[in-house]
Amino acid sequence: MTSSTTTVARDVCLSLQDVTISYGSFEAVKNVYMDLTRGKVTAFIGPSGCGKSTVLRALNRMNDLIPGCSLKGRVIFDQHDLYDRRVDPVEVRRRIGMVFQKPNPFPKTIYENIAFGARINGYQGDMDELVERSLRKSAVWDECKDKLQESGLSLSGGQQQRLCIARAIATEPEVILMDEPCSALDPISTLKIEETMHELKRSYTIIIVTHNMQQAVRVADMTAFFNAEAVEGGSGKVGYLVEFNDTEKIFNSPSQQSTLDYVSGRFG
Amino acid sequence: MTVTLQPRSTRFKERVTLLYEPGLRRNRFNQICNGIAGSFALIAVLPLFLVLIYVLIQGGRLISPQLFTGLPPAPGLSGGGIGNAILGTLLVTLVASMIAIPVGVGGGIYLSEYAQKGWFAQFVRFGNDVLAGVPSIISGVFIYGLVVATRVFFEQSYSAMAGGIALAVLMLPTVIKTTDEGLKLVPQELRWGAYGVGASRFVTITRITLPAAFTPIATGVVLGIARAAGETAPLIFTALFSPFWPEGVFNPIATMSVLIYNFAIMPYEAQNELAWAASFVLVMMILAANLLARWISHLTRT
Repeated sequence: MTSSTTTVARDVCLSLQDVTISYGSFEAVKNVYMDLTRGKVTAFIGPSGCGKSTVLRALNRMNDLIPGCSLKGRVIFDQHDLYDRRVDPVEVRRRIGMVFQKPNPFPKTIYENIAFGARINGYQGDMDELVERSLRKSAVWDECKDKLQESGLSLSGGQQQRLCIARAIATEPEVILMDEPCSALDPISTLKIEETMHELKRSYTIIIVTHNMQQAVRVADMTAFFNAEAVEGGSGKVGYLVEFNDTEKIFNSPSQQSTLDYVSGRFG
Repeated sequence: MTVTLQPRSTRFKERVTLLYEPGLRRNRFNQICNGIAGSFALIAVLPLFLVLIYVLIQGGRLISPQLFTGLPPAPGLSGGGIGNAILGTLLVTLVASMIAIPVGVGGGIYLSEYAQKGWFAQFVRFGNDVLAGVPSIISGVFIYGLVVATRVFFEQSYSAMAGGIALAVLMLPTVIKTTDEGLKLVPQELRWGAYGVGASRFVTITRITLPAAFTPIATGVVLGIARAAGETAPLIFTALFSPFWPEGVFNPIATMSVLIYNFAIMPYEAQNELAWAASFVLVMMILAANLLARWISHLTRT
């Protein structure tokens, strides 16, 4: 399999094929096979250190920014292996956007936060309209329509995170990756962001890492459960994908005992 | 229900009062240590105030419009000013800044944003620290050998250009260091955010990371300029001196620090007074630059 072009089923957006990700010589997560469905919300759950964030970051080559991180296997998106040498990671990130755990608005105005990504992506249309549409989609328009020229840092944590979501969707990616987007937020902001996700899944494929299992039940169509196990002769634990199925199946009738233990809180 | 407390151990010295007793051994010791540390702190800032006061007394009374507009008088005559030296210092410092800021900021960006943790970056960082410790006179001799003695600029020997290059060598470590450190303070999340919306490395650095680190970088640059502006040794070898108005950057030029050095040891009253006046102006300029740096570092980010 040397060719970079591969066909996968039509409704599959991202396909992970035998993905192993290492930090230096330490394998963080091993042998992941997974087909992520287009237009659905997929949640990654699992205990800390099982590699779910690592896998998420692998999907838009964010791991490139972490020194010593390497990937074996293939990640197929739009008929290309994202890790093919000819693929431009900047182009990948334009089509697969990301929202991070900690709200990280740019130290610019709210307006510029949205316009920055659009502008560098060569947006030609009406910028005011794009800013409004993005902020509306991420359900933060009403709170900041009167202060578009104020700093993005003047917003509350929950508003900042929704601003970051608006920033991500302003570039019109096909996929949005969310790395524990609500972990730093209060329940009300969390609820608002979940509503935003329900809005967004009509037009985007969303993949979310969460520690909150109720959140996975509320927002996700599909759920992947990762776990970590100690390996012989290795240092530390190696993560692996235990089970990947409809959210309903994972939480009500999982096929693996460890999944059942985790979702019912008997873990560890 | 009554609670009975266990009797306390009697092996500790009995203390009956909760009130502060100054006569107690540990309290006396504490007072003495406070006093010693405080007086050393006072001694540490004393030179600054003494210098300021002394220069103010000696040079402050000579401040007049003529000081800023006039040329130094010929030996034996009185009056005159240091206008050419003030202009010269500004010009030489400007030349130095125009070399040191692009190179220094660029080098700092490389170290912080591009370099892997390899031997080359380590080597550059170490070399930069060593350069920061090189005595300023060495930098002067080095530029003398490289530029002045070889007459590379239009067959000119001593020149404002050579002086500027010598000062740039002294400014460079400060600028590189503060750029490197300032960029390291920018949260990693901010870079990820930019990459996450599809920014290339160049766009991320120029549009997000550098503006976020503007304050520490600008502070470092101003402090570097302030340090260079007061240097004498490298300028004696490179810019030399001139009793006339500056004649472009490829000719010898007067600077305040060299003027002080030359005039303070002359056996003429007028020259000595001008040296004091120049000292006053120079100290005030450096003070102003430091205040500017403080003001920049207090600027709130937008």
